[in-house]
Amino acid sequence: MNTKDDMGLELRGLNKILGGRVIIDDLDLSVAKGEMVSLLGPSGCGKTTTLRMIAGFLPVDSGQIMVAGRDVTALGPDKRPSAMVFQNYALWPHMTASKNVAFPLKIKGLSKIEIKEKVEAALELVNLLHHKDSRPGQISGGEQQRVALARALVQEPDILLLDEPLSNLDAKLREKVREDIRELQRRLGITTVIVTHDQEEALSISDRVAVMNSGRIEQFSTPQDLYRQPQTEYVATFIGSLNRFEGNLQDGQIHGGTDVIGIRPEDLTIANEPLEGSHPGIVELVIPRGHFFEVVVRRQDGLFRAFTNENVPTFGEHVHVKIKKALRYQNGKLVA
Amino acid sequence: MRTIFRPARLLLNLSVLLMAFFILGPILWLAAHAFVSGWQYPHLYPSGFTFTWWSKVFMDSALKTAIKNSLILSPIVVLLSMVICLPAAYAAGRMNYWGRKVFMIGIFSANSFPKIGLFAAIATLYYTLNLMGTFVGVLIIQLLGTIIYMTWIPAAAFASVPRNLEEAARDAGASKFRVFRTITLRMAMPGILVAIVMSFLASFDEAQGSYLVGAPAIYTMPTEMYSLVQNYPIQVAAVFSILLALPSVLLLGLARKHIMGGQLADGFQLK
Repeated sequence: MNTKDDMGLELRGLNKILGGRVIIDDLDLSVAKGEMVSLLGPSGCGKTTTLRMIAGFLPVDSGQIMVAGRDVTALGPDKRPSAMVFQNYALWPHMTASKNVAFPLKIKGLSKIEIKEKVEAALELVNLLHHKDSRPGQISGGEQQRVALARALVQEPDILLLDEPLSNLDAKLREKVREDIRELQRRLGITTVIVTHDQEEALSISDRVAVMNSGRIEQFSTPQDLYRQPQTEYVATFIGSLNRFEGNLQDGQIHGGTDVIGIRPEDLTIANEPLEGSHPGIVELVIPRGHFFEVVVRRQDGLFRAFTNENVPTFGEHVHVKIKKALRYQNGKLVA
Repeated sequence: MRTIFRPARLLLNLSVLLMAFFILGPILWLAAHAFVSGWQYPHLYPSGFTFTWWSKVFMDSALKTAIKNSLILSPIVVLLSMVICLPAAYAAGRMNYWGRKVFMIGIFSANSFPKIGLFAAIATLYYTLNLMGTFVGVLIIQLLGTIIYMTWIPAAAFASVPRNLEEAARDAGASKFRVFRTITLRMAMPGILVAIVMSFLASFDEAQGSYLVGAPAIYTMPTEMYSLVQNYPIQVAAVFSILLALPSVLLLGLARKHIMGGQLADGFQLK
């Protein structure tokens, strides 16, 4: 169905066992050309292992890795058309920024003039030309990361791999770098896989997000779908906040049962008067969150956590909470 | 800016001076004696300055041969030691194999015995192998003394090269050998340089074993010191001591410049 031209990355039935433990369990993933995809999950879910297998640092036990329509499973990392930006950047401390960026080109055997041109273009791309003669130890973490990015991009890879690229930056810088990376990725149209444990980062930077759990992909979809239509209970609780109840939902009320009901905080309406099927309760906490308020309401057998920015109640007030929309899970799977 | 009297600072400066005197005192004493005609109790000042002791050393054929022997032996010892030990150091630093720890501790433990006993045992072996009083015999003795430096220090240096710096180079398209040459070896270089300096000094200053195995056929600078102390005026020994110290000082100076001041320092965060 895909022509060779619009193929990015395809993983088919990947398996990996390390130290007797199943790390990757029959994993399939298909990334379109030019797409930016996040592998999101808690530590130990296999996201970094997957990335290292794509890069070629770890051999697969079984399965196939296709990059741009070519089977690269048997190739070493030096022969693969992928370039990686490491979590701690992995710049060579004995080389200047431009020497670092020039290294892959030198290996390709390009002429001195060509190398100089490409290195300067790459450093220009990440706005770091003024630091071309600085060594990694002399520039900041954010700048080091941009050098690492330039070193990856200068290889003109078919696929760019980013391993927790923002985790070593401070919060303020993280947002800016995130936008910069996204903008650059869009402009160059480069297929990108990014590993992260930060859901906000994954949701804001990617075209699609693959949520991983014990070596498998729980759900692979757009950030909106992931949030609005989490296919499994795991994804629903992992992404964003969720009011989770065990039981069946009937006429807005929760009765005993085997289902799991998940309600996003913004899918709750808080009113002063009883509404049809609403739950009476007392406001226990009101937390200003900037552009909205987080309201915690205690009802007879539990808590409701709601996001609202109109009719904000005050502490101790008697209110009525109505469920606007709920997700229903049976055996961990979403039921329509 | 006003200077404030700080007793702690003064105390620190005083103790630094004291330590400097303690360390440099003997060397100053040596340096003075190398240039005086005579300086003995109860005279407070030396009787005169002279260069005769220097010409005496450079005219003496036995002393000249000793200098020559030392200058030929030590570089060969260091080179051989590198050839033998560096691959072992890489293996010990980077690979995990059965008996690795025993091997490394074993190298260490050889240095925990009194050396003279070890040399005596080696000497009996040398008699049967006809190595007594030979150049090769002395070479092997000195080589043994360098092994601990040439394995332990480079092993630590190889082990401390971050793996993902190598992975990044592989990712950039470099072959395994190229990664070793341009990244691993390069980053382990400060450690290897230190090992070279230590090994050179160990070989250059080795006296016990070289004397036992080499004398009277082969004399090196340190073994020549034994006869110097007994048979020459004290000033000749002073001159010879300075000559003996010279390569060490030069080497340490060079190493300092390369290791601490060079670009390699960045990788090890020592500045």
